[in-house]
Amino acid sequence: MKIHEYQGKQLFAAAGVPIPQGVVARTPQEAADAFTSLNGAIAVVKSQIHAGGRGKGRFKEHPEQSGVVLVKSADDARSHAQRMLKSTLVTKQTGDAGQQVHTLYVEQGLDIKHELYLGIVVDREQGLPVVIFSSEGGMDIEEVAEKTPEKIAREHFDAALGLQPFQARKLARAIGLNAAATRSAESFLPKIAKFFVDQDCSMAEINPLVLTGDDRLLALDAKVTFDDNALFRHKGYDALRDLAEEDPSEVRAQAAGLSYVKLDGNIGCLVNGAGLAMSTMDLIKLHGGEPANFLDVGGGANVEQVTEAFRILLADASVKAVLVNIFGGIMKCDTIVEALLAAYDTVGIKVPLVVRLEGTNVELAREMLAKSGKKIIAATDLTDAAKKVVATLGA
Amino acid sequence: MSILVDRQTRIVTQGITGKAGLFHSQQCRAYAQEHRPGEDVLVGGVTPGKGSTTVDGFPVFDSVHQAVAETGANCSLVFVPPPFCADAIMEAADAGVSLIVAITEGIPILDMVKVKRFLEGRPTRLIGPNCPGIITPGVAKIGIMPGYIHKPGSVGLISKSGTLTYEAAWQLGNLGLGQSTAVGIGGDPVNGTSFIDLLEMFEQDPGTDSILLIGEIGGSAEIEAADYIAEHVTKPTAAFIAGRTAPPGKRMGHAGAIISGAAGTAEEKMTALRKAGAEVAESPADMGAALQRAIARRG
Repeated sequence: MKIHEYQGKQLFAAAGVPIPQGVVARTPQEAADAFTSLNGAIAVVKSQIHAGGRGKGRFKEHPEQSGVVLVKSADDARSHAQRMLKSTLVTKQTGDAGQQVHTLYVEQGLDIKHELYLGIVVDREQGLPVVIFSSEGGMDIEEVAEKTPEKIAREHFDAALGLQPFQARKLARAIGLNAAATRSAESFLPKIAKFFVDQDCSMAEINPLVLTGDDRLLALDAKVTFDDNALFRHKGYDALRDLAEEDPSEVRAQAAGLSYVKLDGNIGCLVNGAGLAMSTMDLIKLHGGEPANFLDVGGGANVEQVTEAFRILLADASVKAVLVNIFGGIMKCDTIVEALLAAYDTVGIKVPLVVRLEGTNVELAREMLAKSGKKIIAATDLTDAAKKVVATLGA
Repeated sequence: MSILVDRQTRIVTQGITGKAGLFHSQQCRAYAQEHRPGEDVLVGGVTPGKGSTTVDGFPVFDSVHQAVAETGANCSLVFVPPPFCADAIMEAADAGVSLIVAITEGIPILDMVKVKRFLEGRPTRLIGPNCPGIITPGVAKIGIMPGYIHKPGSVGLISKSGTLTYEAAWQLGNLGLGQSTAVGIGGDPVNGTSFIDLLEMFEQDPGTDSILLIGEIGGSAEIEAADYIAEHVTKPTAAFIAGRTAPPGKRMGHAGAIISGAAGTAEEKMTALRKAGAEVAESPADMGAALQRAIARRG
C-alpha cells in the first residue's frame, strides 16, 4: 500500500525523522495561506500523487504547468494551485492517462548544500533490510547504480536490533560526508531504519535527502510503501489510503479476496493460482493476443467469488473475449464449473468464453459444461485454449 | 531416492484444528495410507490451548515440543494464520524438528526476516512460506498439492508457484516423467529455502536424473540459480519463468512477484538460464517438453 508524500512526512515527523516545515492545501486559497504561514521568501508547491517524476511531469489541461513549482508569494502559490488542483498530472510513471491532483503540499524553501539519496528495502536474497545511501540525490537511483555504482553504499541491518550508529558512520564515510554531516547521519539513519521496521514498510525512499547549509539532513521527499501483508497490525493505515489513486476494479477485487491487476489488452483471464495466472497472460501474448488483466481467484474460490470475478472482468469494456484456465487441485473442477455456470446466468456473459480445465474431477466438469447448453468453447490444453481465444477475436 | 522427505518422515500439523489445517492433514494421511498402508506418517497436530483432545483421530498437543516428545515427529506442516505464523515456525524450530513446511500465505515480510535470523545456526530447514509444500510421490505428501498428478520418477521439480507446479507435474506425467521429489519454495520475497539449496540437493540425489525449475518475475533468485547451474549442475535442466507480460511495479498475486525498475524481469532471467545451459520453455505449455529436450540433448 502506497501513501502520499505529505502522509509519509507526517509519519516521519512522529518518528523523529527531521522534515522541512510544510502545510497541506486542498484549495488555491489554502495554498496562499500556507505560503503566508510558512513565513519565508520562497516555498515549493508539490502535487500529491503516488507516482514519481512529479517535478518533470506536466498537466494535461495546462501543458506549461509543472507538478512541482517554486513560488515567491502567496498570490503566486494561489495561481499555480488553481492550475494544479483538479487537473491531471502526467509523469513518466503515471502513463498517458495521468493522475488527477486533489491535494497539494506547500513546503518551506531551504538552503540546500547537497542532494543525497536514501532508500530502505528488504534484500530478498539476504533476508535482511538494507539501507541504500548515495551522494547522487534527486536522480533516478537505478541510473546511478548502472553508471556510477561506486557512488552507492549499502548496509544491511538486523530488524530486531536496528541500524547501529557505527553503521550510519560507515555509510556516511562511504559517500564522503564531512564530520558535521556524519553526526547528523548518525542520528538520522537509525531513526529512519527504526521507522521502516516499526511501520512494516516494504520500501521507504527519500530522494532527495538534503544536506542543508548548516550540515543538517532533512527528508525533502518521502516515498513510503507499506507491506500489504502487515496491514492487519496497523489499523490506522486505512485512513491513509487514497482510493482515488487505485484502480476501482482492483479495489473491488481486493474486497472479494481476489487478486486482480488491470492491463491494456482485450482478452480477460480468470485463473486459479498466481503463477498459472501470470503464465496464462504470457501464453495469450505468445499466441498473438493481449491480456486485459491478471486475475487469480485463489485456491479455494467459491461461487460468490467466481461470480464477482466475472463481474469485474466484464465491467471492463475493452474485454472482447474471456479465457478461463483452471488447474483443479484441492479446488475441484466441477466446483469451478458450477460457479462458472451460475455466474454465466447471473452476470450475463455476452463475449466468447473459452474454458480450459484440468485436474481433479475434470471428466465430471467437462460433462457439466457440455450438458449446460451454454455457448462455451472447450479447450483441451493450454496452447489450444490460447489459440481458440485469440481466434474468437478474428485477428 | 528423494530429497527432504523419506520413509522416516513423521509429520505434525501446526494449526490442525483450523479448516484448512484439518482438511489437508486428512488428505496427507489418506495419501500415506494409500501408498504405505499400516504406517503412521501424519502423527498428530498442534493448537495451543487445545491439547489433550483429538480431531478426526489426530491427537492434538498444546506445543510442538510436546508433540515431538509424544510422537517422535521430525517434520512440521504449518497452516497457522499469518499474524501468528512466524511464532509457530520458530516454535517448531525450537522443538527441534528438522523440516518445517509452511503453507500459510500472507506473512508480513519483516516477520520472515526475523524467522530467517532465528533459524540461522539451527539444524532446521524451512520450506515456504506461501507454498504448496513437498511431495515425494509414493512416499509422502506434505502439503496441499493433489497427490495423484505426481507420479514417482526421477525428475527433481522446484517451483515458486502452486498451480503452475501442478501444471508442470501434469505435463511431465503425460510424457511418462515422474518426480523424485517436487518442492514448492513459495512466492514470498523472503523464504526459507532457495532454488540453489534445492539444486544442490537434487544434483547430489542419486534418485534424481534431471531437474525442472519454475520461477517467476521479481527478485534475482533465478539469476543466482542460473549462476549455480552453470557452475555446479551436471544433470539435464529445464526452466520456465512466469510473468513475461507483467507490467513493472504491479504485484502479480504473489508478494514476491513484482518487477522493480529494470530488475527482476522474465527476459533477464530466461537469458541467464539459457546461458547457464538450461533448456528454457518459451510457453507454459512447453515445460514438460523442454525437460524432455534437455534430457535428449545429453543423450
